[in-house]
Amino acid sequence: MTADSLAADNRAVDRLAHLRRSPLGGLADRLAAGSAPGPRGVRLREIPYLAQLNLRLDPIGPAARRVAEALGTPLPDRTASVTVTGALRVLWLGPDEWLVVGPDGTAPGVEQTLRQVLGDEPGSLVDLSANRTTLELSGPSARAVLEHGCSLDLHPRAFGPGHCAQTTVSKVQVILDQTDAEPTYRLLVRASFARYLADWLLDAMSESTP
Amino acid sequence: MLLIACPWCGERDETEYHYGGQAHVAHPADPAALTDAEWGEYLFVRANPKGDFAERWLHSAGCRRWFNVVRHTVTHDITAVYPAGQARPDAHTEVTA
Repeated sequence: MTADSLAADNRAVDRLAHLRRSPLGGLADRLAAGSAPGPRGVRLREIPYLAQLNLRLDPIGPAARRVAEALGTPLPDRTASVTVTGALRVLWLGPDEWLVVGPDGTAPGVEQTLRQVLGDEPGSLVDLSANRTTLELSGPSARAVLEHGCSLDLHPRAFGPGHCAQTTVSKVQVILDQTDAEPTYRLLVRASFARYLADWLLDAMSESTP
Repeated sequence: MLLIACPWCGERDETEYHYGGQAHVAHPADPAALTDAEWGEYLFVRANPKGDFAERWLHSAGCRRWFNVVRHTVTHDITAVYPAGQARPDAHTEVTA
């Protein structure tokens, strides 16, 4: 993709931006109403339209080194870990698979950069931004809420900021990414499961909120 | 429920996995040369031991990688977990069907 065609694409996307609907856009009021501050509180909100690029390549090949240089951070090589560079988070999904997550609108630029450094090396880069939406669950009771439906050990001794996992929450496949120690969790969930997961989380949160 | 240790992700519930049947069933080098009986044997006939059994599992809700597990078919004890493509670690104690 050339810089010109990228700019043209971006202009086309900008013109259509007002037509976008996020999977949980209609639920924002209910998510806010179900949240509560305080020492035992928990908050839930949707972070729509995050850029998500699925990257697969040989983790010890030359392309991995070039991609790491371009991103400004090594690709996480340890199971279930995350590296952060600027606004981008690189999530470990598998021994040769990562998810680059960035703010809304960054996907075309990052894709262009990575595609260039990938060159002719074997690998793949796919923009999956529309595949999933993101729920952010935070607050002192967030871990307790999540533990209602997730069998992973989320205790700080086993899971903390900089950890991610692909697992199930209430039988729904999610990518779980802890962003801070409050704790704050991001749940990347497929669009068609988002409504169910949000309803389930609101129900689980009702124990912690007045 | 079984608690299976994925070689990449660690211990996860059985519900995150899919079962893939007997491991180490080699594809015939020259399928066209096989008789119908031999082809049928390759496709359908599997060991059914009462004891340790090497089988394939897919971590479908996690890292989506195939790997092998040695599981006791009576007690469900898992004695080995190893990446796909590796030889069975305890092959000398194999129980015949």
